[in-house]
Amino acid sequence: MSVIIILLIASISVAGIFLAAFIWSVKNGQMDDDYSPPRRILFDDTPSPQIKKPN
Amino acid sequence: LYVFILAASMSISTSKQLECYHCGDNCTNSAIKIGDNYFCCEGCKLVYTILQQNNLCNYYQLNTNPGIQLKKKLREDQFLFLDDKSIQQKIIHFQNKDETHVQLYLPQIHCSSCLYLLENLHRLHSSIISSTVNFPRKEVSIVFLHKEISLRKIAELLTSIGYEPYMSLKDLGTEKKSFSKTMTYQLGVAGFCFANIMLMSFPEYLGLSETEKNLQSIFRVLNIILALPVLLYSAQPFFESAWKALRHKFLNIDLPVALAILITFCRSMYEVINGISAGYFDSMTGIVFFMLAGRVLQNKTHQQLSFDRDYTSYFPMAITVIENNIETPVALPDIKVNNTLLIHHEELIPADGILTKGKALIDYSFVTGESEPVKKEIGELVYAGGKQTGSNIEILTIKEVAQSYLTNLWNNNHTNRKNSTTHSFTDVLSKYFTWVVLALALTGSLYWSLIDTHKAWNVITTVLIVACPCALLLSSSFTNGNILRILSRNYLYLRNAQTIEDIAAINHIVFDKTGTLTSTMHREVEFHGSSLSSYQKEMIAALAAQSTHPLSKAIAKQFGQPNKLAVHQFHEIPGRGIEGRINNDLVVLGSSPLLSHHQNNHQTRVHAVINHQYAGYFSFHNKYRDELHPMIKKLQQQFQLSVVSGDTNAEKENLQQLFGKQANLLFQQQPHQKLNYIQALQQRGYTVMMIGDGLNDAGALRQSNTGIAVTEDTNYFTPASDAIVKASHLYMLPKFIQLCRANRQIIIASFVLSIVYNVIGLFFALQGVLSPLIAAILMPASSISILLLTFGCSNLVARQLRL
Repeated sequence: MSVIIILLIASISVAGIFLAAFIWSVKNGQMDDDYSPPRRILFDDTPSPQIKKPN
Repeated sequence: LYVFILAASMSISTSKQLECYHCGDNCTNSAIKIGDNYFCCEGCKLVYTILQQNNLCNYYQLNTNPGIQLKKKLREDQFLFLDDKSIQQKIIHFQNKDETHVQLYLPQIHCSSCLYLLENLHRLHSSIISSTVNFPRKEVSIVFLHKEISLRKIAELLTSIGYEPYMSLKDLGTEKKSFSKTMTYQLGVAGFCFANIMLMSFPEYLGLSETEKNLQSIFRVLNIILALPVLLYSAQPFFESAWKALRHKFLNIDLPVALAILITFCRSMYEVINGISAGYFDSMTGIVFFMLAGRVLQNKTHQQLSFDRDYTSYFPMAITVIENNIETPVALPDIKVNNTLLIHHEELIPADGILTKGKALIDYSFVTGESEPVKKEIGELVYAGGKQTGSNIEILTIKEVAQSYLTNLWNNNHTNRKNSTTHSFTDVLSKYFTWVVLALALTGSLYWSLIDTHKAWNVITTVLIVACPCALLLSSSFTNGNILRILSRNYLYLRNAQTIEDIAAINHIVFDKTGTLTSTMHREVEFHGSSLSSYQKEMIAALAAQSTHPLSKAIAKQFGQPNKLAVHQFHEIPGRGIEGRINNDLVVLGSSPLLSHHQNNHQTRVHAVINHQYAGYFSFHNKYRDELHPMIKKLQQQFQLSVVSGDTNAEKENLQQLFGKQANLLFQQQPHQKLNYIQALQQRGYTVMMIGDGLNDAGALRQSNTGIAVTEDTNYFTPASDAIVKASHLYMLPKFIQLCRANRQIIIASFVLSIVYNVIGLFFALQGVLSPLIAAILMPASSISILLLTFGCSNLVARQLRL
């Protein structure tokens, strides 16, 4: 029986992690733009001659 | 006068047409080329050169002809106002000592090439650190080092490659409202709790042995814990809406829903605490989850569209003020009475004033709908909202921006905003539904209280739980959501679900003429005058091809031939005309002030003079949209039609023929007259749909029961309305209306189905034959079957209509 309780805790916490991940992704704006990311990944990454990094 | 229609005589074989490598427009001059790539104008060629130098030619590989034609040249001081610190502060999101983050709205964004180019801005200028595009919002966020590049320079850089940032007075105002994510969170939480409660309810349904009583109570407690966030957080929209409705003393659909959620929860708590059963937490969370999903679908906003534009979206952010001979850009709200404003070519007049310098030729088409520019002399009054065409003028303001004629027009409209609170069809249905359910519960419990008092309490709660109106709510929100989706796939974007019902109810349609029935993009060109030799035609076309003015382009398009004559000493006088030498022949094209011929103008005309000899003039007709005729024919059978136009009645006969004798045609209508006409129709008992495009229709669009704004391009700016339709799809209007009418029938059908479910459920529930397991399976199954019905029906109707 105690096994079931351990499993229960495990399953709910896993589901909880997914819920947290969902909320984080919505908050982070990952659901806002469904057009750019799948195309962005296809662009060739030709490095530009000079990229200045801020200090 | 010998008149001939060029369109007929000059139909040029299109097979030879060259397409501009940059923008895809027809090339009228084959001399503009780099390698094998031809360009329609120097502007396009310049952009190509910039991209080529920076190794960004991938831009052209991703899509064919992705470029944006430069409509007008960048004026040197166009973005001067961005150097102003106080204006900068309003636009900049974040700034530290090195970096500045800014978000700019670029309405031109349309494809993956745009994405590629705009995210590689750092290659065009090394001081731009990064740029990220938000595609649906058509915004680019740019991070740059402000010590090395100014905001103004960035705006100029973007403009030079065809992406002119759009900045309006509105951006100076309050914070932009972002799309609320609350309901998405609520949906996520409800989904999480619903799934876990289902998981933990199964052992109960399948039967636990007596030895595992401990486990049973753990499951029940966990269910309560999981149901709490649903009740307290996810179900909030229903409680809020129900409470709001109650305070306004009417019953809406959310009241029985809120009641059902609350009662289910209380009853379940009571049963769990007394150890009677596991309660109905699974049903409760399921209801909330499904209904929230329906709402999210229905409320899915078209982020790139704005239905609530007011004049501030049209006005520029700043204007040049001349004080003591010094020109300074001033933010629009800071303009005072008695300021001298400098208005450039193609710039909007932001405040009422008196013309003090220059010759004004003001295009009021946006305000009045009149297609002809109005001439004004020094000392005359000019109103806000007009666009100066021609050289620079100076005006002395007599009113502040907020008190101008146009602004007042807007505010007047505001007070006329429809205040008849139309109750939606589902609200009406649900009102009856609520009364029936409440009556059923009360009579049931009364009946049982005479026989068995214990059962009375039982009956009240069972009826409310089983007869939960969720099916009704589900069917309406999912049907509405799906119809909205189908319509937007066909380029009709509705403000909200209520608009579907509004469209279904209309019986009178009022059209605006210019821009709605006619297209502003395509013009028919007609030449009046002595007959031209083919060489003369070529010369005129060659000259016209040099200019980006829409009229010049129209002429070049009709005369144009791939092999162009070379033009020398080309000279353009903004708003007046163009001149140039072709093989020692001087050709001049222009409006009458430049040529001083035929001053008396009623129509837009371009006059042609070759070697100081007046050759004749071109007149332009707005073309009626394609497939307008069949659309009107279809609409005639069902609706009363009217046309209200701000233009002259030159087209009256044509229109009367098109619309039939019954149609009412009104011309030279001021914006407020249009509004009054709609009002008069409404008083006569009509439910009116207004279809218009400009700010001059704004009042009528608001006053009408359904206002639809027509736009050539959804990036353009449309007045506030209930719906936006892409001009190329306006002809589908009869189908759109039919679909909206079908919406109601689908909702009724699924409602009937849900009542059948409810009756069966009640019947068995009251007799105590329904086992909890079957109930638990039936509950989601019935919901899903209703969803399938609504989706299936609406898609079927759409397919029948070929939408």
